[in-house]
Amino acid sequence: MTFPSATLLAQSALSGLFIGSLYGLLGLGVGLSWGLLHIINLAHFGFAFLAAYVCYQLASVGGMDPLLTLAIIVPAFFLLGVAVQWLLARFSVSPLNSLLATFGLTAIIEAGIQAEWTADFRKLESVYAGQKFRIGELFVPVPELITLSFALALSSGLWAAMRYTDLGRPMRALAEDAPIAAAFGINRRAHGLMLAGACGALAGVAGVCLALSFTLTPSQIYAWVGVVFAAVMLGGLGSALGPLTAGVVIGVSEAVTMAFASPSWAPMVSFTLLIALLLLRPGRS
Amino acid sequence: MTTVQRMARWVGAAICALAATSGVWAQGTQPPIRIGSTLALTGALASTSLVHKVVGEIYVEQLNKRGGLLGRQVEWIVKDDQSKPDLARTLYEQLITVDKVDLLMGPYATGAILSAMGVAQRYNKVLVHHTFGIPSLAKYEMQFPAWSLGPDPANTVPTTVFNALAASPKPPKTIAVVTSKFPSVHFMSLGAREVAKKRGLTEVLFLEWDFGNLDYGPIAARIKDAKPDFIWVGAIGLEGNQLLEAMSKIDYTPQEHFYMYPAPGPMSKSPLAKNALSMTLFEEHPPFTSAPGAAEFIALYHGRAAKAGIPDTSVEVQAATSYTAWQILEAGVRGANSLDDKAIAAWIKKNGVDTIQGHLRFDGPNNYGDDLMRVKQVQNGRWVTVYPKEYAAPGATLQVQ
Repeated sequence: MTFPSATLLAQSALSGLFIGSLYGLLGLGVGLSWGLLHIINLAHFGFAFLAAYVCYQLASVGGMDPLLTLAIIVPAFFLLGVAVQWLLARFSVSPLNSLLATFGLTAIIEAGIQAEWTADFRKLESVYAGQKFRIGELFVPVPELITLSFALALSSGLWAAMRYTDLGRPMRALAEDAPIAAAFGINRRAHGLMLAGACGALAGVAGVCLALSFTLTPSQIYAWVGVVFAAVMLGGLGSALGPLTAGVVIGVSEAVTMAFASPSWAPMVSFTLLIALLLLRPGRS
Repeated sequence: MTTVQRMARWVGAAICALAATSGVWAQGTQPPIRIGSTLALTGALASTSLVHKVVGEIYVEQLNKRGGLLGRQVEWIVKDDQSKPDLARTLYEQLITVDKVDLLMGPYATGAILSAMGVAQRYNKVLVHHTFGIPSLAKYEMQFPAWSLGPDPANTVPTTVFNALAASPKPPKTIAVVTSKFPSVHFMSLGAREVAKKRGLTEVLFLEWDFGNLDYGPIAARIKDAKPDFIWVGAIGLEGNQLLEAMSKIDYTPQEHFYMYPAPGPMSKSPLAKNALSMTLFEEHPPFTSAPGAAEFIALYHGRAAKAGIPDTSVEVQAATSYTAWQILEAGVRGANSLDDKAIAAWIKKNGVDTIQGHLRFDGPNNYGDDLMRVKQVQNGRWVTVYPKEYAAPGATLQVQ
């Protein structure tokens, strides 16, 4: 093993920061749904990819700016999230069954994407794709910077909303003890639908970020599940800032491992880190 | 004309009509020959499998227009193995025991083919396959490959690539070998390391990543840091594009770069892939297009692929090897004049088959013949063969940055 140059190390860490922010952005909706609604929503990944394809379609065929597609995607996916939550609540689906039900929904979304756009690769060629700027020896690509900005803004915005607003506090109360919260007049159903809608909208934003940086193919949906789940568990269920923090820790640790050693070691290092933190973190039960 | 002559003419015409009708009748009443296969119609490999589905449909249609096989129409039963080799095994078992197909055609990709091979071996069925990447694992004597890698591709394929580079205006002195650990790619990259070493190239970087890696930024940064003259990228599918995008993001343009199994359309269309090299068995230019049947197939494929929603409708390695596999099976049945698997296998092995790739022989180790891989390059947004000279597209030579 040779010691990498400072530039290589810094560029790799930057790359890890960017990919970690996407882990965090994808994990934000999964973690909130899991922690506050007790729904382990695997379909979140399907929604994100569906949003990515919608963004691709609107931008490539419709000629829209990819970022402007958010004006359509965010409300549409909010409604999608609400609809799925309504269905799951209607049939009183348990957390474990929600995993199975939403896995099935993901398979349906994947089949739907394949039927509409085929299984072939789709690449969004946007004005942002080739843009980058330089800080000293380091290069900062604009699409990844957009993802980082969204992840930071949404995570901190949701953290503040959960902590300080009349919409967020009841949600935390419902997650803590739903019957007692209901006794205090909190409408569990309405708040659940609202939160699920927000998670759907978050999937929409993550999808646009995916379309900006990655070539799309339906089966890629599953490539993100493992590492994003790791970020969610490490960051804490229901936490708004946790998935982003954990995503960045995973992303940077993987990237730095790749800079020092063989890239094939990267998952081992990040998951060892996950296990160690889960075992050693304070307050574990 | 006398009455007798007139009667004789009528009788003759009636006999001819009867003979023709009975032929049609015989073909119409005999059950079709059923050929069974699976393809990865969904899942991770679906994008390429779609090519094989379109080609299979074209071939069977053409075959039936020519009168089918042994005077019978041909029916192709294709099932979705969902890109899962274990499911492919079950489905091939089902095709033989439940659907009772007469013949088999291979599935797409090495893992599924290996599964199908085990089933074919158990039932003594011929298995012609189009995309098997690890010849040393093809131990079954009645399997026949259309992917003409030769028996020792880890040695012969890199040798062809380095021969092409040595003949270029700027032969490389240093090499970076970066590779996915995907099985059919990884052993080739290890072979490339050995061949490069023997030829005196200095290896400045060797990296491996797990298939499914999401972050190519650090890999690109290490390549940039190592400053190789030539990069051997053991990539499959989109990995090549992902690495190119990561290199572009840090403002790095590789000098000379080779990709083992790139997603052909996305790579040729990417502006970042200028002068990227890869291997080919067939491209849409002479001399390949001069092979009998090639021009008709190419014209048909363009239309069908567009109709199926395939973004890149050009015929290249995947489509051509798929077509080749059907040619091998057809030749085997016609040559043996029988549906008996042993007779078909014996005929193919003894005679070889003329295909759109050229004449293929199957008398080498594990039924592999010659390594027919040639070197192609992305030039002006399309793949063109550049080496060896006799297979190069008209006027094309290997370009360097």
